[in-house]
Amino acid sequence: MKCKNFVVNAAGRRVPTIVNGQEMIPYMGLEKYKPSGRKYAPPIPTCLDYPSDGNKIVDSFEQALRYCGLSNGMTISTHHHLRDGDLVSNTIFDIAYTMGVRDLVWLPSASFPCNDPLIGYLEDGTINRIEGSMNGPLGKFTSYGGMKGCAILRSHGGRVQAVQDGEVKIDIAVIAAPSADMFGNATGAEGNSACGVLGYSLVDMLYADKVIVVTDNLVPFPCMPFQIQGNYVDCVVVVDKIGIPEKIVSGTTQVTKSPDRLLLAEWTAQFCSEAGLLRDGVGIQTGAGGTSLSVGLHFHEQLKANGWKARFGFGGSTQYMVKMLEEGVMDYILDAQAFDLEAVRSVRENANHIDLSVFQSYNFHSKGNYTSLIDIVILGATEIDTRFNGNVVTHSDGLLLHGIGGWQNCLHSKCTILPVPLFRDRIPVVVDELTTLCGPGELIDVVVTERGIAINPLRTDLLDKMRHSSLPIVRVEDLKAEVDAICGQPDKAHISDKDEDTVAIIKWVDGTVIDTVRKVLD
Amino acid sequence: MSKIATAGNKGKGVRSDCFIGLEITSQAGIQVECVSKVKALYGKQIESEVKEIAAFFGIKHAHITIEDSGAIPLVIAARMEACIKRLIDTDKEFLLPFLPANNYETAKDKYRFSRLYLPGNTPSLAINAGIHKPEGIILDLEDAVAYDKKFEARYLVRNMLRGINFYGTERMVRINQIPAGLEDLSYVIPHHVNLLLVPKCESAEQIHLLNEHIEILKKNHGITHPIWLMPIIESALGVMKCFEIATAAENIVAMAIGLEDYTADLGTKRTAEGAESFFARSLLVNACKAAGIQAIDSVYSDVADMEGLKINVLKSKALGFDGMGCIHPRQIKVIKEHFTPDAMEIDKAKKIIHAFMLATEQGLGVVSLGSKMIDPPVVKRAERTIQLAVSTGKLPADWRKEFLESE
Repeated sequence: MKCKNFVVNAAGRRVPTIVNGQEMIPYMGLEKYKPSGRKYAPPIPTCLDYPSDGNKIVDSFEQALRYCGLSNGMTISTHHHLRDGDLVSNTIFDIAYTMGVRDLVWLPSASFPCNDPLIGYLEDGTINRIEGSMNGPLGKFTSYGGMKGCAILRSHGGRVQAVQDGEVKIDIAVIAAPSADMFGNATGAEGNSACGVLGYSLVDMLYADKVIVVTDNLVPFPCMPFQIQGNYVDCVVVVDKIGIPEKIVSGTTQVTKSPDRLLLAEWTAQFCSEAGLLRDGVGIQTGAGGTSLSVGLHFHEQLKANGWKARFGFGGSTQYMVKMLEEGVMDYILDAQAFDLEAVRSVRENANHIDLSVFQSYNFHSKGNYTSLIDIVILGATEIDTRFNGNVVTHSDGLLLHGIGGWQNCLHSKCTILPVPLFRDRIPVVVDELTTLCGPGELIDVVVTERGIAINPLRTDLLDKMRHSSLPIVRVEDLKAEVDAICGQPDKAHISDKDEDTVAIIKWVDGTVIDTVRKVLD
Repeated sequence: MSKIATAGNKGKGVRSDCFIGLEITSQAGIQVECVSKVKALYGKQIESEVKEIAAFFGIKHAHITIEDSGAIPLVIAARMEACIKRLIDTDKEFLLPFLPANNYETAKDKYRFSRLYLPGNTPSLAINAGIHKPEGIILDLEDAVAYDKKFEARYLVRNMLRGINFYGTERMVRINQIPAGLEDLSYVIPHHVNLLLVPKCESAEQIHLLNEHIEILKKNHGITHPIWLMPIIESALGVMKCFEIATAAENIVAMAIGLEDYTADLGTKRTAEGAESFFARSLLVNACKAAGIQAIDSVYSDVADMEGLKINVLKSKALGFDGMGCIHPRQIKVIKEHFTPDAMEIDKAKKIIHAFMLATEQGLGVVSLGSKMIDPPVVKRAERTIQLAVSTGKLPADWRKEFLESE
């Protein structure tokens, strides 16, 4: 059995303490778990083992994987900066398959629809499991119990935490690089497959046993400005194409056209303004979703109207944030991923648009994190319960359809606001009990729906400030009652309640297990 | 011979709706086949709902197919009932409980700056309409519903009037042109509609005929709350009869102009400048003001062009209109914002009212502002501006206190 020794954790969820043969710690409550000891370290290399002329280029991708000792049961990591245009990740497993290698663990920082063909390798045993995110068909495949191992979902920060404290040992990290030199220095800002920044691969660069850089744009040494340091790189592979440009970044990210979502955005912005959250020197994060982009536009207008400046905007960055930077209503963009072409251009051209790594923003084992310095964070959710706990990975029918991304990490901001519709096509978003717990309610401050705004009772300061607001401030219980009146109380989804049907576990940012995902029965 | 009926919508882009096929059979009881994106959570409830409705109408054997895209119960009920009524002749109605929150009346002279058109057979647009706070919502049974969908739309409109919370907006229905529209009445009058829009109105007789039918239904159902009328003038003949129509009945609270049909009737095209409709709009405004009712302008059809809408609203307001229809929630804010007085108008009105009150307090017969004399109509207009500003939240009710302090 892939999961064993179940216990009830501090959030009241039944979770395994042995997963894929490895011991796990159940969630102990917010800020309760602090591991000790020393960080994991990769083996000691010596420069003597590397060519003194600095030329680490090998003839083929397969040769690189062989050179790095690809074998059964290894953990292979990749990163999602090429998003849906990624041509590198799948190739690794194509090669592994032809080499007859089995039981690999894939550790992506996120997966995309382009990774759906990997379902074949999950079925034939080339891949044992995914530790990362599962979207769309991969999520469905996992939910119906198709994966041999138990999937592990971690936040962006949780991935770094797991690597740093040695829970995950990366055997081979494969870094797709839009530009690189023979030594392995690499950047995401230049080249045909330019994606902006490569921040998600930095931890792999530092901690993996072996590091392969794959590029389709080899430049003479030194590749400047590099984000990946060749000193950590074992070999460099040059291929025709690492990505499909139009799928790497959307040409433009677009504000929602839905009047209901626009209303959510308007109320969210008005809330921030009335509660005094938006102010001169504010730090904000608004993401790339249609609703949050619209919130960002309102922030832009309000800052401008008041003669204020945001001190920083926290990426993912988009053309809208770039506009704030260029119009002088924002001092800096601190960026872990660029979502559209304008953002990529800005990273390249603007010294105040700064590469950010997950170490700086999201990492549990860092000596402080930027996320807790952000004044306003706008996030989404698939479900929110009446204690403000949130779900972001499964739908109410039990299907695993989204990754955690930076969601859990961003909850640590000074004020986390979730603008969400009260229901989506009859399916309630505000519920009594979550299908999957991803974030504890203590960290979710405000839920903005089209039928009212609920403030977490823990935030008495916000409740006080909004007492006389013209906005419809309601209790979360009122929202629940209203959605039930409109949609009818849903039946229980067809999800197994058996321990042996656990298909995935959800990690909290500290590495403890906050919930399990069980098989969907059909 | 088997009897089959269908109702509802399906296909790409359809949300919050369902498509039901009903075949009344002679044996094997009620068979339900349901395909739904919410089946895991609501599949059983959908099945038991349609079975309950079948039983209510005494159907013992039937084959029911449902293609559901997340329809809420009142939508499913409307689709099911429409199917049944196509096959069975009965006076029975399957009514879900009336939402107490919708039990309100509206005042004759309430503001009607914006009223949002909602196609009567498209539930997804109606469910959230109230949250955008137009002064009114219009469930449209006329031009926004295809001819072969009019039958089923009545059941949906009836159920939506009863069960969707419109959060205090005036609940309007646009019925079909009189006399065909008389058929619509029994689906709306008993269900607490606040106002009926009467399209393509061309005579006072149409209004009289309509009111006769409304009165009968009101009496039969013991309805005492007012049901207002808003005739829509959409033809050259209608324009020439504006005043006759505006004064045809006590329950007419406003009159609107529909320019698409009107310009077609003239044999011309609608332009941004609107020279072709200037006469009609002006005449309609005059007729309305003479009759003491509100004049409502035609919709602005480019929903993406907010600047164009704003210019259109300002022109409309300058002609004397009191409101305008909208076809997208995004238009509501712009329409409200610009039909209500702007900062300069409020500022000027404050000074005039202040001067008027000062003159009254001091027992002066003549009101003056600086070196200018102020005529009574100017005071009246300023009063209206202040009243509008206060009631739309643009000016605090106790504005004069602050005004005195700042003087």
